[in-house]
Amino acid sequence: MTESRRVLVTGVQTYWGYRVARELEQRDEIETIVCVAPEDPLGELDRAEYVKVGSQHALLRRIVDAAEIDTVLDTRMVVNSISTASRLAHENNVIGTMNILAACSGRDTTVKKFIFKSSTHYYGSEQDDPAFFTEAMRRPHAPRTPIERDIVEAEAAVNDFNEKQPDTSVTILRCPNVLGPDVPTPLRDLASLPFVPGILGFDPRLQVVHEDDVADALVHVTEHDLPGVFNVAADGVLALSEIAGLLGKPFLPFLPPWGTGLALAPLRRLGFNMPPELQSLLRFGRGVDNRKFKATGFEYRYTTREAVLKLGEHLRLSPILRGAREPYRYEREVEEFLRWSPSVQGREKEVVEPPPHPEPEPVATEPEPEPVPTPSAARPVDDYEELEAEEIISMLGSLEREELEALHALEGESRGRGSVLHAIESVLARSPAPH
Amino acid sequence: MTTRTSLRVQEPTPETGDSRLPAVRPDELRRHLPGIEPERQLNDWGRSERVEGFMDRTLVDFFYRYWFRCEVEGVENVPASGGAMLVSNHSGALPPDAAMIGKAIKEEHPHPRPLNITVEHFFKGYPGFSMLIPKMGCVAAHPANVQRLLYDEQQLVLVFPEGRKGTEKLYKDRYKLRRFGRGGFVEAAMRARTPIVPICVVGAEEAAPVFAQMKALQRLTGLLYFPITPTFPHGGPLGMLGYLPAKFKIRFLEPIRFDDEGMHEDKALVQTVAHEIRGRIQENLFEMVRTRKSVWFG
Repeated sequence: MTESRRVLVTGVQTYWGYRVARELEQRDEIETIVCVAPEDPLGELDRAEYVKVGSQHALLRRIVDAAEIDTVLDTRMVVNSISTASRLAHENNVIGTMNILAACSGRDTTVKKFIFKSSTHYYGSEQDDPAFFTEAMRRPHAPRTPIERDIVEAEAAVNDFNEKQPDTSVTILRCPNVLGPDVPTPLRDLASLPFVPGILGFDPRLQVVHEDDVADALVHVTEHDLPGVFNVAADGVLALSEIAGLLGKPFLPFLPPWGTGLALAPLRRLGFNMPPELQSLLRFGRGVDNRKFKATGFEYRYTTREAVLKLGEHLRLSPILRGAREPYRYEREVEEFLRWSPSVQGREKEVVEPPPHPEPEPVATEPEPEPVPTPSAARPVDDYEELEAEEIISMLGSLEREELEALHALEGESRGRGSVLHAIESVLARSPAPH
Repeated sequence: MTTRTSLRVQEPTPETGDSRLPAVRPDELRRHLPGIEPERQLNDWGRSERVEGFMDRTLVDFFYRYWFRCEVEGVENVPASGGAMLVSNHSGALPPDAAMIGKAIKEEHPHPRPLNITVEHFFKGYPGFSMLIPKMGCVAAHPANVQRLLYDEQQLVLVFPEGRKGTEKLYKDRYKLRRFGRGGFVEAAMRARTPIVPICVVGAEEAAPVFAQMKALQRLTGLLYFPITPTFPHGGPLGMLGYLPAKFKIRFLEPIRFDDEGMHEDKALVQTVAHEIRGRIQENLFEMVRTRKSVWFG
């Protein structure tokens, strides 16, 4: 059993990495969350630390080693060929995966678990498919679209890694199209149109999964030791006409069954864009067998039908709510201030573990919590023993490097509170090294 | 939140206190089949109760009762519960035999059960058929589909081992069984450890006689084959349904059971059993044709 304590999350600039980092922040048993991404994270992070880094494996390797990462959650996979150009997607999906795997391999690596989010596009969508793909099935034909090729290639690299690193437990999660209020996917774009388009004479069977279930699944495999491949898809396979009915929209199969690609070309000019991997899906559909993952004890919150209904509710409400929420912009200076400034009050979340032994509570006698001690008042380390972990952490930002080192030694000798030590180390890592 | 009822499969719950993935046995996976959502009109295979029920009440009922006047023997050989594979001879340009067998089980069996009809993958790729065929209870003849239906869902599956070789054969070759594939159907039944019920259908050959096959038109339309029948192609697409009123006789034979595990790995045994089933159906077909006094009145 590998316990995940120190986690590295990739791709926080996209929905999945960010969402998982936020979920993991709430688990107390996770000590450290390091997020790496080439761009700024999608939203604010609380406890997790963000490092701006591309997929250069030498840099990643240093981060993994320095932070003694034991679990890597790789959620960068791009499965939307509209939002990302195919060359960039290839760079990210294949080359990026190889670099991250390189950063985790080697005999002396600290990584014990590697979790890879993949897609059921792995199986493709063809005429002679089984009605339900199981994890053991290979796709019957060679991949046709660039995205599918990338996915097959990336999974092959992960499998290769699995064979060469017998001590690392490797989990691959294959998710179908995700439907949910927050994550943009091509299928969601189709569902947001005033009608649901289709190909004349076809009513494909589709299976989706709600975004909450995918996030739960990623946390589930982080908490448990589940090597292998799993399909993460909701119960129930729906026909496209059924999905249209649940969304309360007309089902319009207006695309011709022959020459579908040609008919789509002029429509693309009008802004109706359909990625190639979705074209075959709208013709033949795809269902997967999700029982292997359910057998591990995972419970889905939504069935496919419920996920579609949920999206329908959201789509009806979204034109009213549009613009109500400000998009988040990552500002490094603001994040630094919030994290390290002594003026910021109430940083309870920084305290990961309660102190190991019970101590008298000085706050109990006073109705008001103590104001944050000013640096000058706190500097004498004589009454250090009486300070709360929070108070120590809050004043760290104002200390000099030498003082921090001294404090680190003192804490190690006296109480050895993990949260305090960790906070000091973080500040030390950020402050410039003495020349 | 909707109510969900689980499929009726009783299995002992495995003790999985450990957080590691237990070595899941296939019969344990049965418990994790998705539940049935009663609000839905379709099931996970795309079968629509509405479409199927409508067809059953109108077209199929008319053909079964008045047009073909089906006569059924031995329907009790179809098990009342559990998975079972039905294997039949196959004929007719747009074969009416599958629908009649399904209707016979619905009408005559003491415990009527839905029947899943396996069809060629071709239908999934052809516009129109692709939309309609699954709604009427047909699934593609993929070994994984058959295994899931027979073993996991414990359903009835109708298989035509002759496949298209049976339906494209000409009138002069009537009631002469083609090759029974490569015995894949026996392998599937053995793997799922479900019985095989052989079925003989007499009358379908005369109801939809095929006089010739047009290769060029088949290529042009992309269909499986392009037959010349009494009403097709000059009667238009609906001419496919222009059956002659031959008398139908359906005979269900004694089931053949496969209770031992791992039988499907013995290829020689699979071939022998496939051959024997073909022989049994052929023998009964000849006997039924021999004792038939009239093609139209039985």
